Amino acid sequence: MSLIEVTDLSRTFEVRRKVSRFRREVHEVRAVDHLSFAVGAGEMVGYIGPNGAGKSTTIKMLTGILVPSSGSLSVAGIDPSRNRVELTRRIGVVFGQRTTLWWDLPLRDSFELLRRIYRIDRDRYRRNLAEFTELLELGDLLDTPVRQLSLGQRMRGDIAAALLHDPEILYLDEPTIGLDVVSKGRLREFLRTLNAERGVTLLLTTHDLQDIEQLCSRVMVIDHGFLVFDGSLELLHERGGSTRTLVVDLVDEAPPIDVPGAEVRKVEGPRQWLSFPAKASAAPVVAAVAASYDVADLSITEPAIEDVIRAIYTR
Amino acid sequence: MLYAAIAARAFRRYSTYTAATLAGIFTNCVFGAIITFAYIAVWRQNPTAGGYDVTDAVTYVWLGQAMIMTVAVWNGGATDDLAARIRTGDVAIDLYRPVSFLGWWLASDLGRALFHLLTRGVAPTLVGGLLFDLRYPAGLTAWLLFAVSVPLAVVVSFAIRMLVSASAFWLLDDTGVRNLQAVFAMFFSGLVVPLVIFPGWTRDLAMALPWASYLQVPADIWLGQRTGVDALAGLGFQVLWAGVLLAMCAAVLRLAQRKVVVHGG
Amino acid sequence: MASPTTRTAPSTGPAPTPAPAPLRRLGGNLRWGFRAYGLLALMWIRVSFTYRTSFVLLTLGQLFITALDFVAIVIMFANVDVLGGFGLAEIAFLYGGSSLCLGLADLALGNIERLGNRIRMGTFDAMMVRPVPLFAQVCADEFALRRLGRIAQAAAVLTWATASVDVDWTVGRALMVPYLVACGTVIFLAIFTLGAALQFWTTDGSEAANAFTYGGSTLTQYPLTIYPVEAVKALTFIVPVAFVNWYPALYILDRPDPFGLPAALQFSSPVAGLALCLLAGLAWRTGVRRYRSTGS
Repeated sequence: MSLIEVTDLSRTFEVRRKVSRFRREVHEVRAVDHLSFAVGAGEMVGYIGPNGAGKSTTIKMLTGILVPSSGSLSVAGIDPSRNRVELTRRIGVVFGQRTTLWWDLPLRDSFELLRRIYRIDRDRYRRNLAEFTELLELGDLLDTPVRQLSLGQRMRGDIAAALLHDPEILYLDEPTIGLDVVSKGRLREFLRTLNAERGVTLLLTTHDLQDIEQLCSRVMVIDHGFLVFDGSLELLHERGGSTRTLVVDLVDEAPPIDVPGAEVRKVEGPRQWLSFPAKASAAPVVAAVAASYDVADLSITEPAIEDVIRAIYTR
Repeated sequence: MLYAAIAARAFRRYSTYTAATLAGIFTNCVFGAIITFAYIAVWRQNPTAGGYDVTDAVTYVWLGQAMIMTVAVWNGGATDDLAARIRTGDVAIDLYRPVSFLGWWLASDLGRALFHLLTRGVAPTLVGGLLFDLRYPAGLTAWLLFAVSVPLAVVVSFAIRMLVSASAFWLLDDTGVRNLQAVFAMFFSGLVVPLVIFPGWTRDLAMALPWASYLQVPADIWLGQRTGVDALAGLGFQVLWAGVLLAMCAAVLRLAQRKVVVHGG
Repeated sequence: MASPTTRTAPSTGPAPTPAPAPLRRLGGNLRWGFRAYGLLALMWIRVSFTYRTSFVLLTLGQLFITALDFVAIVIMFANVDVLGGFGLAEIAFLYGGSSLCLGLADLALGNIERLGNRIRMGTFDAMMVRPVPLFAQVCADEFALRRLGRIAQAAAVLTWATASVDVDWTVGRALMVPYLVACGTVIFLAIFTLGAALQFWTTDGSEAANAFTYGGSTLTQYPLTIYPVEAVKALTFIVPVAFVNWYPALYILDRPDPFGLPAALQFSSPVAGLALCLLAGLAWRTGVRRYRSTGS
């Protein structure tokens, strides 16, 4: 049996809409529609989709917060809707934008509280704390009040907090949102290590395709409650035909840039937008442009998940 | 006309919270009924306490419930929004708007007060009138005087709340000042017990403080305790405090503006 | 169903007495709930100590605010000698009793009234992924020790009143005082919980709960003789706040029931407390169930 098994899972909500000043119409919205998938132990899965697609509803059902309308699910052999509390010991949850740490107290105090709440035995706690402190570089921060930590430091603290009780599954909701490039990189590195060395299964929702690219072997895309894609990232790009964009600021205005492997989408004064396939490396394109033009500045924008999904649909 | 638009916007904003308004009215009515019975017991023992008769006293209770939100006795209203903007630093934008800063926020608070008067003011008064025997203004003059007195009460309250919120320019956390103000306002507005039954000199003191404008003055006009010259003196008292406090607001805001300019918020 | 509904614990051998197992589990849950509540509350106390000046000021402020409630009663007594047939010391006893019960309940779980806020902010969801009873977490959240201010003031008034009332103190009467405080606190705890549970249905209407908590306390700080008899019956049998202090106080102050209601009521506070607790527990469970199937 897989670690997470979801069969025919649906969740509908009743939404009251004001029709007139006095009349309200109740209609049913299907947030998750006959979802089926399985995640094996040790997988790293990216769960993506536009806002309101049903991502967080699914995660809430997997963690036992919400009860499904129909269908069945099992996480680590437990039915989350029936044995929510039992499940809490087997999973870790990180809510990206809000911390569950004690704002005014040193990080260490939050960890110590979690030790008691999860009834983690002292030796195991000490081992885990030492390991995460080293891997997440929390050493100097343990005695700092959380409110004084930077966003990246706080996120690292939150992740350590979610892992102290050795969960088999870690749910991450937008773990890299708002972080700078360096912090993002470090965090991803840690998650890879966590998965490789401890075999923790990761399920993460994100808007950052790079998270997926660098972490996940598998992507699930949900839209309007349907699972519209479940497969590898390469397959997603192939199907979605997604492209990245190189924004080139030339020193002077010029006719559209002509380099192999990329085509110009837009020209606006000295600025030009070139698109190239998402899976291709940016380096040759950049090199080709730099070789034959006077470049003032360059930047690359990643394909937006929304665009990829839209592309899947139009196919 | 800009100020009317600001006030209208505030009015509309508050009118969206229907459930909260209904819950608030319910709470006002429950407290109104409890205090009414307490006052009836007091005036049964002493039928002329504070120069009121029992009908005056009961009417006073329901006017008090009507004024809590209208006058914003314990903080709240536009000045709370201001305090939040000071904390986040957004206030810097407000200080450079081409309209009077004070006027902007006063208009907004008056819009809110009008909404609260029409809902949380009128509804408890109607309920109180159904449940108990109340006294109503004796004639057109009394109604007019009352109609002038209420907005004046709101302006005095606004100015005090404004000063409290402005303390956030200097204090990191204005919770303490706000709580203290709320206590003084609740007690010295006469919301807990009418100022007229305060014993001896405490009565004279309470009647001279700005909070007396919130409830005691308008209520006395409503009840006909203040008529003619007395009523005008009551309005004069409110105008005086409104003028003094608004001048203080203006002075404090000038200092605050200088501070924001120098320190960038 | 893909998963086992009742996970049989990996215990060895047959269970000798199966009947008390759910009871034992309930007992264990309760104990764990209290312990976790203590752990969480302790964290919040430590938070309040990191802002020591603010904490002291807020505590004194609370003391001051609630003291004015009593000053109001004293001002009334500047105009009269008795209120509803009760003198100042007796009313101080009623006031101190109801205010202390409210204060204790407010300290223990006063922040439960912010449930709606928590649901909107998503912190309630975060509580659901912790192995601690939800109720314990919600009650302990933002535990505010500054509420000791109200408790201190109420206790002072109650002490003064106990010393001043003209009562022939017997052991029974003396024991009735802590009994009054315990039962009254339980009643307010249940009312707070009921009010909060309503927020699972409507988050905007939270102010209505104040009518029952703070309203209940204001109401019972006066002798019930000032209210019409129908109201007193409603306060006995429908919203039983009369059991907080009125009925026990009638016994302690050695007063016959002014409404001629049975004397047994004077000893029935635990019944009222229990009934309210059951109702509150039911409302809470139903509310959580509703939340888990609507997510809002």
